[in-house]
Amino acid sequence: MIKSLSHLPTAEASQDALAGQFTDLHPPLNQRQAEIESARCLYCYDAPCVNACPSDINIPRFIRNIAQDNINGAAQTILESNILGGSCARVCPTEVLCEQACVRNHSDECEPVKIGLLQRYATDNMQFSSHPFKRAAATGKTIAVVGAGPAGLSCAHRLAMLGNQVVIFEAQSKPGGLNEYGIAKYKMTDNFAQKEVEFLLQIGGIELRYGLALGHNLSLQELQKDYDAVFLGIGLGASRQLGLTGEDAPGLMAAVDYIKELRQADDLTTLPVAKRAVVIGAGNTAIDMAVQMARLGADQVTLVYRRGTESMSATEHEQDIAKANQVKIVTWAQPKEVLLDDSGKVSAMRFEKTVLDASGKLTGTGELLDIPADGVFKAIGQTFDESSLNDVNLGRDGDRIRIDDGFRTSLSGVYAGGDCVAPGEDLTVQAVQHGKLAAMSIHQDLMTNVEAA
Amino acid sequence: MADLSINFAGIKAPNPFWLASAPPTDKAYNVVRAYEAGWGGVVWKTLGEDPAAVNVSSRYSAIYGKNKEVLGFNNIELITDRSLEINLREIEQVKKDWPDRALVVSLMVPCEEESWKYILPLVEATGADGIELNFGCPHGMPERGMGAAVGQVPEYVEMVTRWCKTYSKMPVIVKLTPNITDIRGPARAAYNGGADAVSLINTINSITSIDLDQMVARPIVGGRSTHGGYCGPAVKPIAMNMVAEIARDPATAGIPISGIGGIGSWRDAAEFIALGASSVQVCTAAMLYGFRIVEEMKDGLSRWMDEKGYNSIADFSGKAIPNTTDWKYLDMNYKVIAQIDQDKCIGCGRCYIACEDTSHQSIANLLQDNGTHKYEVKEEECVGCNLCQITCPVTDCITMVPQDTGEPYMNWTQDPRNPFREAS
Ligand SMILES: Cc1cc2nc3c(=O)[nH]c(=O)nc-3n(C[C@H](O)[C@H](O)[C@H](O)COP(=O)(O)OP(=O)(O)OC[C@H]3O[C@@H](n4cnc5c(N)ncnc54)[C@H](O)[C@@H]3O)c2cc1C
Ligand SMILES: Cc1cc2nc3c(=O)[nH]c(=O)nc-3n(C[C@H](O)[C@H](O)[C@H](O)COP(=O)(O)O)c2cc1C
Ligand code: SF4
Ligand code: SF4
Ligand code: SF4
Repeated sequence: MIKSLSHLPTAEASQDALAGQFTDLHPPLNQRQAEIESARCLYCYDAPCVNACPSDINIPRFIRNIAQDNINGAAQTILESNILGGSCARVCPTEVLCEQACVRNHSDECEPVKIGLLQRYATDNMQFSSHPFKRAAATGKTIAVVGAGPAGLSCAHRLAMLGNQVVIFEAQSKPGGLNEYGIAKYKMTDNFAQKEVEFLLQIGGIELRYGLALGHNLSLQELQKDYDAVFLGIGLGASRQLGLTGEDAPGLMAAVDYIKELRQADDLTTLPVAKRAVVIGAGNTAIDMAVQMARLGADQVTLVYRRGTESMSATEHEQDIAKANQVKIVTWAQPKEVLLDDSGKVSAMRFEKTVLDASGKLTGTGELLDIPADGVFKAIGQTFDESSLNDVNLGRDGDRIRIDDGFRTSLSGVYAGGDCVAPGEDLTVQAVQHGKLAAMSIHQDLMTNVEAA
Repeated sequence: MADLSINFAGIKAPNPFWLASAPPTDKAYNVVRAYEAGWGGVVWKTLGEDPAAVNVSSRYSAIYGKNKEVLGFNNIELITDRSLEINLREIEQVKKDWPDRALVVSLMVPCEEESWKYILPLVEATGADGIELNFGCPHGMPERGMGAAVGQVPEYVEMVTRWCKTYSKMPVIVKLTPNITDIRGPARAAYNGGADAVSLINTINSITSIDLDQMVARPIVGGRSTHGGYCGPAVKPIAMNMVAEIARDPATAGIPISGIGGIGSWRDAAEFIALGASSVQVCTAAMLYGFRIVEEMKDGLSRWMDEKGYNSIADFSGKAIPNTTDWKYLDMNYKVIAQIDQDKCIGCGRCYIACEDTSHQSIANLLQDNGTHKYEVKEEECVGCNLCQITCPVTDCITMVPQDTGEPYMNWTQDPRNPFREAS
């Protein structure tokens, strides 16, 4: 139950009707569609799509395998570069990644190959009698991975494949990270995040321990002592604050906290719905929040951003999804004040119109705009949860953990990757790539040390 | 408007598009529908002696392109499975009802004079315009001493042709089998036997695919299979070469040729005609898409002829023959070089990898600042093989540009690099 929204009515529609709102946003390809689509791939050499995939999947190879009816071959090609290829196929903003680079974007080529959907076709339809990857000879090393999100899971799988033992420490009671708690419900249907983790663990050599949070009931120094190396894949646990009074009034909450409840709800009719919802932000989280609230039955959802649409980090495709769900997008307005009713609950959100001044700096014009709201959801970004590292002094880069090109932090034997580190974009696929590369770096460092010893 | 009508070895037709002897011409019902659709003529499904042939169940198989379009088609059917009497009665009626269309009757009877002597007058009595001798069926019938078993022995071809000329006044078209090393042998035999024309090709011995679970070729008949006859787009290059071989052969000079094999568009037809055919026959394309395809073929052909100023089929028939020669007469001094149109290039890299791995390492793969690649021809390395142009998925993106070498025509017989050159 979401405390700050407990005064709001719950979703009106029946569970069946609501469930219908959260089926696959992009339905999977059937066999015929996969045949047609895979035939469109030109099997490029030095393929631009591969260069644009943060996890270096050999796209022409897996698509050619599909075209040759070798679905397991296609799946293995995907998974050997990206063990979470199934979730990436669902959540990657392909319109700015592989598909944006596809040569068939050229004006005379109609449209890019649907790489994401083909990747999903392969990973959904693979049928392995046993796990497709084998473990190398045991190294005798055991590595602690903190966080069972995409970065941690990817790191653990690759470490296990290289012959190491892995123990994953996870604060929550389920693995998956934001795949389980954050990604929009219509992108991750059918409990896929858990199924994928089950698949990945089949490699063996990975132990998962839940309810253990670094900085709370788990200490990094202990881990350093007890394990040959430590990988931190703890994501960004905190939501940015608006910095306004009334921020903790009933009716106002972080979008990610609401989405987390939504993702975990077995019965969607128990969810509180803001009839008039305001979402503040411009990223994919903001869009996800707005669209999901609209689908739960809100009458009016307004997404407010302090700059113009062109500066929004949500892709054009995501903005279109919002529009298709009747989300109203208001730009050039910044949050000014949380307006409360007599009982202290949120009744509206006050914004101030903005412009760019002569020097290109965003400034308020003084003109105010009140948008009535029963629920206000902030989605202005995630930041590092400082409490995780309260017992150590780890080099930082802004609020993120600083790493070198081998994913090494400032502490010897401690590595990090995914959203919690500075380089790259906060994307699932990026986290998977970090985890994989960090695993290889950890393994190499451990093996070099063995040789040196 | 160009005149599409033809007079093929004395057989008149309003257009050169005929249906080849096969299921589309199996009986009056199909043939009438074909005429209604606009076909210029048909070659009736091959008649034989009674009792009629019997067919198996599961008869066809195919190979496919990326979009499941049929590239090659394979069949194990025999000649007509209806009685001679019914066929003859229908032929007579159809010819009566459609006097302006060509109606040729395909025949296959045992290689005995009596058999031919018996059937020819019966066919002639129907009023049919001519006969086509099926010396080509490569499956089933040869096991009984007919079809390709005759077509592969020039002496038999000549002998049977002569019988037909002796016992009938109808024009005789000899349909040749491609299952032979040199097509000119049987063509000359037909010519020497007095044939009025040849038609080619019949189907090619083939196995199209294997069911790897059941370990049996397709089509599957009760767990077994047999080789069939191959046709459709995939056989067109083989057919065209054979047509050209005959058209170029002085020994059969001037013999009318009906081109068959993989024809499905006006362009296919125009190509056969350019190589010396004066009528064309279609089977697979009609079987896959129905008789309506003739409309686009007629329309396309006549528009193209108008554009080129050809008034009749005869105007361009054989026009490509003088330019089809032996390798040794090609110009050793001619040179083309690949040129990439950078505006059209979509950067797929296929030209690069094709040339790099299998040709002459003549395309440079240049990494650009923005991470994309640019492909450029190294002109001094390019031998002008056309490979990059062929693999490039974009139409007209790579052009092979003739170079001005300033050197005169010089063929291999004159080339100083040829140790056996003719003394100059
Ligand atoms: C609402 C939302 C929607 C998104 N949608 C998309 C999308 O559509 N496509 C896309 O590519 N990306 C999307 N992202 C981003 C994507 O989810 C992240 O980039 C990705 O999950 C990062 O993986 P990670 O492993 O680094 O971190 P996380 O997924 O955050 O995983 C971190 C894990 O560490 C655990 N943890 C945290 N702190 C501790 C601690 N102190 N001790 C122990 N365990 C700890 C957490 O419980 C969690 O399991 C979205 C993000 C959000 C918030
Ligand atoms: C199912 C089938 C049956 C055929 N039967 C005959 C036949 O009875 N007599 C004959 O001369 N050719 C027969 N052929 C060969 C065709 O007439 C033609 O020569 C060959 O298919 C090549 O032309 P295409 O590529 O347009 O199909 C048959 C072909 C097929 C596909
Ligand atoms: S760029 Fe497009 S066409 Fe080329 S390999 Fe990648 S998906 Fe296929
Ligand atoms: S024509 Fe042949 S040699 Fe020349 S660039 Fe193309 S592939 Fe290379
Ligand atoms: S094959 Fe054609 S489109 Fe592809 S890189 Fe070469 S020139 Fe460009």
